[in-house]
Parts: sequence; C-alpha cells; structure tokens
Amino acid sequence: MITAEQKPMKELVECVRPFQRILLAGCNECVTVCAAGGRKEVGILASALKLQFQAEGKPIEITEITLERQCDPEYVEELVAQIDKVDAVLSMACGCGVQEVARRYTDKPVFPAVNTKFMGASERQGVWAERCQGCGDCVLGLTGGVCPVARCSKQILNGPCGGSTNGKCEVSSDTDCAWQLIWDRLKALGKLDQYEENIPAKDWRSGRGGGPRKIVREDLAS
Amino acid sequence: MKTDSILEKILASGQLAVTSECGPPRGALPDKVREKAQLLKGYVDAVNVTDNQTAMVRMSSLAACILIKQMGITPLLQMVTRDRNRLAMQSDIIGAYSHGIDTMLCLSGDHPSFGDHPMAANVHDIDSVQFVEMVTTMRDQGKFQGGEKIDGPPKMFVGAAANPFADPFELRVSRLAKKVKAGADFIQTQCIYNIDKFEKWMEGVRERGLHEKVYIMAGITPMKSVGMAKYMKNKVPGMDVPDDVIKRLAGVPKEKQAEEGIKMCVEDIQRLKEVKGVSGFHIMAIEWEQKVPEIMERAGLLPRPQF
Amino acid sequence: MENFEPVIVAYCCHYCAYTAADMAGSKRLSYPPNVKIIRVPCSGKVDMIHILKALEKGADGVYVAGCLEGDCHFNTGNVRASKRVAYIKKMLDEIGIGGERVEMFSMSAGMGERFAQTASEFTEKIRKLGPNPARAAA
Repeated sequence: MITAEQKPMKELVECVRPFQRILLAGCNECVTVCAAGGRKEVGILASALKLQFQAEGKPIEITEITLERQCDPEYVEELVAQIDKVDAVLSMACGCGVQEVARRYTDKPVFPAVNTKFMGASERQGVWAERCQGCGDCVLGLTGGVCPVARCSKQILNGPCGGSTNGKCEVSSDTDCAWQLIWDRLKALGKLDQYEENIPAKDWRSGRGGGPRKIVREDLAS
Repeated sequence: MKTDSILEKILASGQLAVTSECGPPRGALPDKVREKAQLLKGYVDAVNVTDNQTAMVRMSSLAACILIKQMGITPLLQMVTRDRNRLAMQSDIIGAYSHGIDTMLCLSGDHPSFGDHPMAANVHDIDSVQFVEMVTTMRDQGKFQGGEKIDGPPKMFVGAAANPFADPFELRVSRLAKKVKAGADFIQTQCIYNIDKFEKWMEGVRERGLHEKVYIMAGITPMKSVGMAKYMKNKVPGMDVPDDVIKRLAGVPKEKQAEEGIKMCVEDIQRLKEVKGVSGFHIMAIEWEQKVPEIMERAGLLPRPQF
Repeated sequence: MENFEPVIVAYCCHYCAYTAADMAGSKRLSYPPNVKIIRVPCSGKVDMIHILKALEKGADGVYVAGCLEGDCHFNTGNVRASKRVAYIKKMLDEIGIGGERVEMFSMSAGMGERFAQTASEFTEKIRKLGPNPARAAA
C-alpha cells in the first residue's frame, strides 16, 4: 500500500486558518489501512481542529467526508454536493488523491493533511516499512523476493556493501541489510549460484529517470 | 599490459606494490594536498586520493590527483557512486585520463547520513560492481556505458575494494568473485586487524583461484592510540578490531601507544607478506602520513622498484 | 474564575474503575461531583475521538481509568488505552489545549480509596488549570 503520516498539527492549523468552512476529505484505501487518513482519522483531525479554533474564539465549520478512493475521478465526483459550501478542501488522502481533487475542483484551494511516505507493507501492528520504489522493472525474481532498490540504503544491485553488520544496515541498526536477507533467502532456496550472476546497471527510464510515467492499456482505455 | 599504470607494472613484475592515501582538504588549499603528498613521495608507488571521504565535502579527488601528478607522484583516483550518475562519472574518468591519471579505485562510498550533508540526495545510479564493469568496458571495448563508441578510450588500471570482515562472512569470497568477473585488476582491502579472519578469507580466495585473476593489496592502518582503536571497533561500520589489539595498546603508557601502533602495523605487514595471494599493501595512515616512510623502512619495503 | 467548577469526564472500565467508584460510594468516601462517569466495557474501548469529543463538547478534563497492568479482562485493552491517551496528550500540546487535561489512571475494582483520591486530585489539577480554552472562548 501507499503509506502516509499526518502532518504536524501546527502546519495543518496554519493552512486552515484563512478559511471559515473546510471540507475534510479522507480516503477509504491505503491511508485507511495505515491509519493516516481514513474515516477515523478524519473524525479525530476534525475534532482537534475545531478545538483549536474554538479556543481561539473563531470556530470553524468542518464537513467530514471519506471517499471510497480519492485517486479515481468517479469517487472524487461525489464531492460535488459539498464543494460549493466550503472555502477549502483538506485532503487526508495520499498525494495522488490530493491532486485528483485539485484537478477536478479547479477553483477550490486543496491542501494535503498527510505526508505521503512510501510503498510499503505492515511489519506488525502500527509499523510499516518500505518495500517498493516502483522502479518499473522488477528484479525480485533475481534477488529472492527481497528488493535491493527499495531496501538497500545505497540501492546496490550487487551487494552487500562493506557496512553490513550482524544483518543490519550501516545506516541504521533498525534496518535489515537487504543483501543479508537476499543471501539468506537464496541460500534457503538452494540458489546461491544465482548470487554470483552480476546484475547489470539498471535502466532507470522505466523509473523516474524517464520522466513522469503513464500506463495505457489499449484494451481498457476509452 | 592493459595500461601504462606504474602500479600494474610493479604488480605484474611480482614485486610487492605499496599504495598510500591522501585525503584532500576541506577547502581550496592546494598546498595542503602538496604537503601531504610530499611526505609520501618516493616511499610508495601510488597515492590514493579519496573522493569526499566519509561523505564530507572536500576538494575533488580529480583536482587533488592533478596537483599530486604535477609533483611527479602517481595519483590513484578514488571515485564513489554516491555523488555522481554514470554521465558524470564517465566524463570525470575521461578527464582524469586526459591528465595522465591511469589508475583508479571504484567504490560505492559512505552513505550521506554519515557526513556533513545528510540532506543530500544520494545518487547510486550504479553500484561498485557495475562501476568496475563500466570502466573496464570503456578501456577494453572503447565503449561508453550507454553503448556508444569512445573516441580515445581511457586506459585505466581498475581497482575495487573488498571488506573481508563485513557480514555475512560466508559471502565475502563470492562478492570478490563478482568484482573479478566485472573485470577488477586489483583489490584494496579494508584495514586488517584480525589477521586470522583475513587468512581464512584468503584461503577461500585461493580455493577459487581468485588471487591469480586479481592483485590483492592488504589494507593497513596504524593505530595512533587505544582511543582510536576503540573508535574503529565501535563506530566504524564493517571494521573488525579484535580485543587483543585494544589490550596491547592499552598495556603501554599513553605516550608510547603511537610507537606501539607502528610496531604492530609493521608486524602485521611482515605476517601478511607470508600470506599467499597478497600482492601488496595499501597503507592508510589517517592524518599520519609522516609515519609512512618509517613503516615502509621497518617493514622492509624500501627501496621502491623503478620502471 | 473563582466560581469555576470544572467538568470532568471519566471513562471508567466496567471491570475495575467503575466498580471502584461503587466501592467508594458504599464506603461513603466522597469525591467531587464534577466527575461525570461513563461506563465502558474496557478502557480499550475508549477511542481518541471519544476523548476529543468530550473536550469539544465542553469538558475541562478527561481521564480514562482502566485495570492495573496485566489485569485487563481483555488482556491488553488498558495498554492500548494508555497509548491512545499518550497520543492525544501530544496532539493537545501541539494545538495549545494542553496535554495535561487528559490522563490515564489504573486501579483495581477494590480500590475505592484510589478512585476517590484520583477523582479529587484530577479535579483539583483541572481547577488550577482553568477552563478548557475551547469552552471558555465559545
């Protein structure tokens, strides 16, 4: 999923301050799963903002809504009913959702309420870790199902570097050395010979190197 | 001979080659480079010039290499993948060769989080194995990494690093094999303090015959004090400093620790000379270049061969 | 300000604090009438939004009272509650309401005295802090 974290309250308060009526829009997808911008977080943030402005003596109106998905025009369309009654939108979706709302409602200021972080998986309750950088040319088949692009601090494709210590990355003892994981996995699979196949330099055009990316499925596109 | 590198000539002749290191200054101070290099002149075969070592901004390795070259000393250009993409790396390699710099070391470099610009984007377009392959392809096939022909290919003698002490130990010979496969001509190892472990690694290297495909230069750094030894043990990633080393340094009075450190380093060189497959030494006397001549003398590595 | 009578909302776990409140009553221990008790099946049932809503609707202080560590009827409800309270405290500090208006307490069903004492002390603390700024301005 795409992970996100709520922005600091101070930053949110300042971005809402010029407005009287706010539409606080959550998203039922990734940000719900990572507890950053789902229905529950919308309620909490709305309440906290109301408290803040009540305390300042100039209460604001907050309309709460949580869309099925903010990255799809069909769902963003649902805001039509509310959009004219508010001065600004505070979106709790990832950056994709924020942009979709901004694209659809051209004359309405839209602000992000979360910082979109990375594509990750849940390691345990309340902990998410980066797993994929969307390089566009997956190498997981060569690396035992552990991604060196996303999980090695130096994105080394022929690792590990000389800083791997007790299975941890030199950058942080909280981070597993991706190449230790790859080695262990290849070993478990009886594929250690695969390790010595040098992985060639990556063609980053499939990633951000080629500029903004797009997928067009002719069979689906209208 | 693949190149005109003096290092290649010495290594190919079967004599022990010796390199040392010079870290460029953190400012536009060419005399600092010259001072350090002067201390090494005539005592070693080439001087490694580090590339923003420990991820701190310093005078560029290429610029300092040129200064050193002008003094009649052979510079060894270090380059890391952290700060440059493949375009910048290749243009610097051509540029270096145009200045007569024909020996280089391909590294990934310390992560920016260790240095004074932790906010910098780390490039890592290619890794050190791919880097070695890129430079040898430039030399042997006369082609850029992107496939186009080079008009006047740089004939670099290409080195890479190996750390026999990092984890997991069991893959360290295989990792070396990857660099050999990529075309590395020589290897400079991480500083060796745990000689038993190094010998074990070399055993694995010899079993695979890798010592016959690549020249292995043993990394040596003399300890200045017990404090430095403890720092290296605890703070430097991938460094293996056994307790015996610390104990021995701690066993002599503070003012004699530096001398003890030199003594240990000379003993280590003597022992490593006997290890089959060791083709030379890389002596990294960190901010202690003036001690290199003494180490060389006491280790019986002088005079240096002439070509 | 002299006549300020704080409104305190106490979310009390059915298995401990709520029973402790009963115990305090039957022992005729007095505690301030400012404390409005809301019975919950477990302190872990109390969500952040419940705490915030109480403040938004005019409470001057809110606390959650759950079982002693290791004694939760549902194993870890009290641990969850205390983490949520910690999160809310931080958030309230950021927005200038003040995290000290929210607290987590733990007690067993038999601790009538502790219930009364906690209620009194928390009420006094909030009395000193003054009205919830969000209520005062409204």
